[in-house]
Amino acid sequence: MHVPDGFFDAPVSLAAGAVAAGAVAVSLRGAKRELDDRLAPLAGLVAAFVFAVQMINFPVGAGTSGHLMGGALAAILVGPYTAVLCLSVVLLIQALLFADGGLTALGVNITLLGVVAVLVAYPLFRLLTKTLPRGRSSVGIAAFVAALVSVPAAAVAFTGLFAIGGTADVPLGRVLAAMVGVHAAIGLGEAAITAMTVGAVLAVRPDLVHGARDLRRPLVLRTTRTDAGVAAASAGVAAAGAEAAPADAVEAAGAAGAGRRSARPVWLAGLAASLLCAGVLSFYASQELDGLERVSTDHGIMEREREHDLADSPLADYELRDVDNGLLSGGTAGVLGVGATLAVGTGVLLLVRRRDRDRVPSATTTGAGPNGAGRESRGSDRGDSRSAPDAG
Amino acid sequence: MTSNPSPDVPGPSPDVPGRRPSLEVSGLAYAYPDGHQALFGVDLTVRPGERVAVLGPNGAGKTTLVLHLNGILTAGAGRVVVGGLPVARENLAEIRRRVGLVFQDPDDQLFMPTVREDVAFGPAAAGLRGTALEERVTEALELVGLADCADRPPHHLSYGQRRRVAVATVLASRPEILVLDEPSSNLDPTARRELADILRGLGTTVLMVTHDLPYALELCPRAVILSEGVVAADGPTADLLSDEPLLRRHRLELPYGFDPRSVPLPRP
Amino acid sequence: MSTGHTHKLYRHGSSPVHRLPAHCKIVAVFAFVLVVVATPRAAVWAFGGYALLLVAVAVAARVPPGFWLRRMLIEVPFVAFAVLLPFVAEGPRVEWLGLSLSESGLWSAWNVLAKGTLGVAASVLLAATTEIRELLLGLERLGLPPLLVQIAAFMIRYLDVVADELRRMRIARASRGFTARGPRQWAVLAKSAGALFVRSYERGERVHLAMLSRGYTGTMPVIDRLTAGTAQWAGAAALPLAALVLCLLGWLL
Repeated sequence: MHVPDGFFDAPVSLAAGAVAAGAVAVSLRGAKRELDDRLAPLAGLVAAFVFAVQMINFPVGAGTSGHLMGGALAAILVGPYTAVLCLSVVLLIQALLFADGGLTALGVNITLLGVVAVLVAYPLFRLLTKTLPRGRSSVGIAAFVAALVSVPAAAVAFTGLFAIGGTADVPLGRVLAAMVGVHAAIGLGEAAITAMTVGAVLAVRPDLVHGARDLRRPLVLRTTRTDAGVAAASAGVAAAGAEAAPADAVEAAGAAGAGRRSARPVWLAGLAASLLCAGVLSFYASQELDGLERVSTDHGIMEREREHDLADSPLADYELRDVDNGLLSGGTAGVLGVGATLAVGTGVLLLVRRRDRDRVPSATTTGAGPNGAGRESRGSDRGDSRSAPDAG
Repeated sequence: MTSNPSPDVPGPSPDVPGRRPSLEVSGLAYAYPDGHQALFGVDLTVRPGERVAVLGPNGAGKTTLVLHLNGILTAGAGRVVVGGLPVARENLAEIRRRVGLVFQDPDDQLFMPTVREDVAFGPAAAGLRGTALEERVTEALELVGLADCADRPPHHLSYGQRRRVAVATVLASRPEILVLDEPSSNLDPTARRELADILRGLGTTVLMVTHDLPYALELCPRAVILSEGVVAADGPTADLLSDEPLLRRHRLELPYGFDPRSVPLPRP
Repeated sequence: MSTGHTHKLYRHGSSPVHRLPAHCKIVAVFAFVLVVVATPRAAVWAFGGYALLLVAVAVAARVPPGFWLRRMLIEVPFVAFAVLLPFVAEGPRVEWLGLSLSESGLWSAWNVLAKGTLGVAASVLLAATTEIRELLLGLERLGLPPLLVQIAAFMIRYLDVVADELRRMRIARASRGFTARGPRQWAVLAKSAGALFVRSYERGERVHLAMLSRGYTGTMPVIDRLTAGTAQWAGAAALPLAALVLCLLGWLL
């Protein structure tokens, strides 16, 4: 979704540049407050990570693959301020060194992929982790939903900018429908990968997940020396005592996560988020759609996103080709989208729950193997679906 | 068996009266914020020009000790004095100039885009500019034999070269004492030899943290064993390495077939 | 989008363009692209003029056409998009080879294609004639917050290190018989991504310690500072000024 030069007119490009500059300035102050003089090396390494993670190809099948955009992931892992900085730097370097994304569109790109994605993902993530029962599965679900919503949100913002200063003469409703439809699908991939990546970090270094710092494990003390060790032990006991209550809560929540209780709020949150998306979508769509003689149209905007994951899914076209009524068609696609979102969400939930149940006896194993892969080993019959090289 | 180092240090360098020790650590104890205590009263004195190896198994507190020497960690009890200057918040800048810390992974240490900028970082942070800075950089790079690599990016160098540049980056600040964390790790035999020659030729005080016992024997006349957060033994490296029960007690082991009595003793 | 991140566009040389201070070049390219974007799309000849200007710069910089054009492949996905615009857009339609094309869509396609291509071409020229390090110094000289420049510098310094770790993980996965075929293997790839994050973050912490050990107090010592004389500024300004003349003519004529 790197916007090139010439896509937006000069005033919008400059205005977005100002917005991006403001956001970066605010983030610099916020991040400096959080990280102090550690900011430069840490943010630099995280930016390198974001850059590298965009090089990991996640195969979708049939030889196509997509990759992570990383806004939600960065926000959850290192916090919103540092995330905005990292993404801005990545986009800046991509534009300057690789001519990826236009120079005048840099402001637009930072605003969409950095600021909007982070501003949507992080508050949503915090809200969900606060409302859901404490525990790792909740963090995974919150990460999933946050990433899922952040991608179409950036698409909505794109449409907003397009409405003000887009240079192509394409009806707004169509742009919105296509952008949001495609990006809702892309968002599913982004969401699954983000949730799994956050889960992987959580399993090894839970303290490094900025958005889930309250989930730390209690300290284990193993002092061998008795004389000098007493002070340390007592200090440790105090610390353990302070941590004991939340730690119990975590364990309890983990156990609950394996049971029934945590499922309903997740479902409700997912439903709410999806309906929100679909609602916004159909609101605009119903205002602008004028019939379906040219269904192929929506294909246009989507074609650009072909290299992204899931572009081949039926929902990518957003509107059903065979339905004659624009409103109905848009609505049906929206409902289907919500359904698919919920289905995948439930699938992830089930997977996470199973994994958590597996984990209860041996707490520290770094995550069992890919359950999904083990469950059904119907070999893929696509001849050309070899693993794509990670680094381009 | 914490030994008191001052009266009976068997170190080969003569006790020059009037010259203060390069490094004095006394009663150093430290617990991490999470309550884990790593040091339980370390005593260690290193005189100017000495090369001392700090031996110890993993988890003995070696790295914790090293991070105290330049004030990255602050002692919970006891004190560290570098060349007469106590490690304290108000003189951290000078302490960090005096203590040249070479980290284990040169990629961590070489964080600037080119070798030249990296070597210049320390002196420049201390305020040096212009030709004086340029001379420092050249001098340090010549000491490690890499003057012709100044304008290359660090990641284009071999691992051995990177380790040597890492040494140059701290030499550029003309440290009172050079502290090396596992200097021989990941080096091939030639790079190992080259680094040893350089370190021997410097004449600087060296504190070398390692569990590469033959390397310690080759370079350092004196060694201390750090075990469970205290100095468990202090003496001539050859003597310590010949004391098999002592080594075994502290989870140290010589490579198969290596006999410390059969190799030439290191020159002081 | 996923390709091209790994090769560097820089091409070593000592042409007058290479020797211009980086901040002059950044300003010049940015102003040029801005002028291009602000040009009315109907002034077709103006875009031809811009292209000639860029060719002149490329000749002065001794960037061979093959090198230049190959680097421009990055815009292919978006060319595909522009080609579709005539089918998508509104307005009166024209018949061409039996296809019904929107007139304004054709103009939009031309607009996006011409401006985007010129933008990519100018960026590629900048990247081909400016070293990364100079680019960063130039950005700092132009008033980008030093902290942001530091972050960018660290990112570039460690990009290879991090990418190497990624490569090693991939080899380790492949050596144990792993091939990624579809979404069912995502969990494994996500674990690699998670491990990569932990390693990157921990390296960041170690780098910070190494910096502290050498006297870092939050600001990088400024060793090099780019300076530009009037002549150099004038040389760099030639491109956007010539473009501005074309742009104004485009609006007036």
